[in-house]
Amino acid sequence: MATEATMKKPPRRWHIGVFLLPAFLIYTAIMILPLAGTLQFSLFRNIDQHQTFVGLENFRTLFGDPRWADGFWNALYNNVIFFIINMLVQNPVGILLAALLSSSKLRFSAFYRTAIFVPTILSFVIVGFAWKLILSPLWGVAPDLLNMIGLKSLFSPWLGMEKSALVTISLISVWQFIGIPMMLIYAALLTIPDEVIEAAECDGITGMSQFWKIKLPLILPSIGIISILTFVGNFNAFDLIYTAQGALAGPNYSTDILGTFLYRAFFGFQLQIGDPNMGAAIATMMFLIILVGVGIYLFFVQTRLRRYQF
Amino acid sequence: MTTKLLTALLLGASVLGYAGAAYADDVTLTIESWRNDDTQIWQEQIIPAFEKANPGIKVTFAAAAPTEYNAALNAKLAAGSAGDLITCRPFDASLDLYDKGYLSPLNDLKGMANFSEVAKVAWQTDDGKTTFCVPMASVIHGFIYNTEAFDQLGIKPPKTHDEFMAALKKIKDDGTFIPLAMGTKDQWEAATMGWENIGPNYWHGEEGRKALIAGTAKLSDPEFVEPFKILAGWAPYMGDGFQAQSYPDSQNLFTLGRAAIYPSGSWEISVFNKQAQFKMGAFPPPLPNEGDKCYLSDQPDHAIGMNAKTKHPEEAKKFLEWVASQQFAELYGNALPGFFPLTNEKVELKDPLAKEFLSWRQNCEPTLRATYQILSRGTPNLENEVWVESANVINGIDTPEAAGKKLQDGLDSWYKPAK
Repeated sequence: MATEATMKKPPRRWHIGVFLLPAFLIYTAIMILPLAGTLQFSLFRNIDQHQTFVGLENFRTLFGDPRWADGFWNALYNNVIFFIINMLVQNPVGILLAALLSSSKLRFSAFYRTAIFVPTILSFVIVGFAWKLILSPLWGVAPDLLNMIGLKSLFSPWLGMEKSALVTISLISVWQFIGIPMMLIYAALLTIPDEVIEAAECDGITGMSQFWKIKLPLILPSIGIISILTFVGNFNAFDLIYTAQGALAGPNYSTDILGTFLYRAFFGFQLQIGDPNMGAAIATMMFLIILVGVGIYLFFVQTRLRRYQF
Repeated sequence: MTTKLLTALLLGASVLGYAGAAYADDVTLTIESWRNDDTQIWQEQIIPAFEKANPGIKVTFAAAAPTEYNAALNAKLAAGSAGDLITCRPFDASLDLYDKGYLSPLNDLKGMANFSEVAKVAWQTDDGKTTFCVPMASVIHGFIYNTEAFDQLGIKPPKTHDEFMAALKKIKDDGTFIPLAMGTKDQWEAATMGWENIGPNYWHGEEGRKALIAGTAKLSDPEFVEPFKILAGWAPYMGDGFQAQSYPDSQNLFTLGRAAIYPSGSWEISVFNKQAQFKMGAFPPPLPNEGDKCYLSDQPDHAIGMNAKTKHPEEAKKFLEWVASQQFAELYGNALPGFFPLTNEKVELKDPLAKEFLSWRQNCEPTLRATYQILSRGTPNLENEVWVESANVINGIDTPEAAGKKLQDGLDSWYKPAK
């Protein structure tokens, strides 16, 4: 009997572990360990050339010292604005573009699709530099173009003004990344079976109401994924601001987001000497903010999204 | 990890380097430097001159990229493979090397007597007792102007603030040229070419700078706020959209002949000589009132020191003595117009624009940028704050008084001057 039981026991599936191992090792080495290292680093401070454990002292400085706190809240506030603009402009426009592209009546749709997606694969340095030139009051094409249609008076040095710099940067970011929601939604729209559409048409639902009542509910899970990608991407953003506005994120820190704030603290800037421990504390806060945001999404939004199977 | 790897590579490289040199009986000195732009000048002009005068010593100029220099040098010094002579950055970066014991004190070097206190201050301990690098070059602040524009409009280089403002107004009324080529986008232009440029005339150079360090003067005091007020007055003359104008934009605006005056410093000379098609002139920062004493921001830029662990201290000292000499100063000053020797001895320069800048030293008291020594060690960093506030004042975001107060509050939060 005993021998029979052992015979029936399924063979150990070693191959699962073996196949997972490389990915697990690489992920641990380049993601988990540095992350844990950062968290640990934020609890230390350099005292007399030695890393000394100070508990939450760095966080107390970050939130208690009025200067660090002002810098942090300003960066967080700007980051939230940056995210909101991205969310409200990039994603609806991306969905609209995808809806237009998936329309069978549109000609040259492959061309539009590629053209709109190209900025996404451009380097931040190119995007930042190109837009700085386009919007330059001295040599930019923006003032000339406005001049041609008699609207020169509308032009102002947007990137250099405290009131408009952050919005301008956000819109540049939208321009750069609009290809991502467009592609994802486009793919989701293509997976909707023709039968569903035909059934809707039989019931007399066509045109706009077809989009709102049939297609939109079916692509909601994709919109959720895009929202979370936008959230994570925006709160980790740094490159565009650094290339377009410099590490001081001017004017008057009006485009300073968490990424640039972290950069100045961690690496220092000009005569400012970097403080890796405070930098790690800021990085930890960024990690927590993103963790909470993703957590809210997973537990409250993701679970309520209805999925349809065909 | 990367430091170790770098160290290993550098160690390997230097061992190979030494192996090559070991044949000859000559002693070879290696200079560590970040000034890779100047490699040709060193190899073709400076080193041959030294080797001719000092047979038996060979010199190699080993330059790294400016952005990599500090990290690479630190790794080499830690591994004991750094060159015999080390080019020194001003202030804290070099002081840190001295404190770690990597640089030898040079108080007993005879040539040091050729340098003024202001020239040496960037490479001294905070108490000013020990100097560890021989000053090589400084940059001088001032205003470069387009002589054709000035001739056309009949303007003479202004001496006082009032004359300066009158000149700006005249240029603006005429409309051919943008009066001032300056923008606030990069922020440091406003601070370095603005506030630090004109400021010493108001805070009386060293007097004001030292008072700040001693804690007897505040950045909110009138002598430090007045330069901000003047900057705010420049805004109407800075050309459309100056808020989004970056440093390269300003340079191009001036060298293309579209702007009349460029607030700047001598480091632009060699670049501008190549680019500008018109004749350029220069004038020192305008005085508050006719007949006031003039002060000059004569910012120390680089120096050279001796690796404390060098195998050839005698030869290295010989080289340093030579760097401190008049012969080196003249050679170097002419090879790099705009980077001025700091020596007290008389130096003849050939470039007319560089000569003009250098001539101001005869009448004006030298000083250096007020934020560079000691005051930018903490957080918030004073130098960064000055950038932001200078731009804010020009952009009208802050009043000059508010800017002064913010700077002082920031400084007070961490800097406690010894009473």
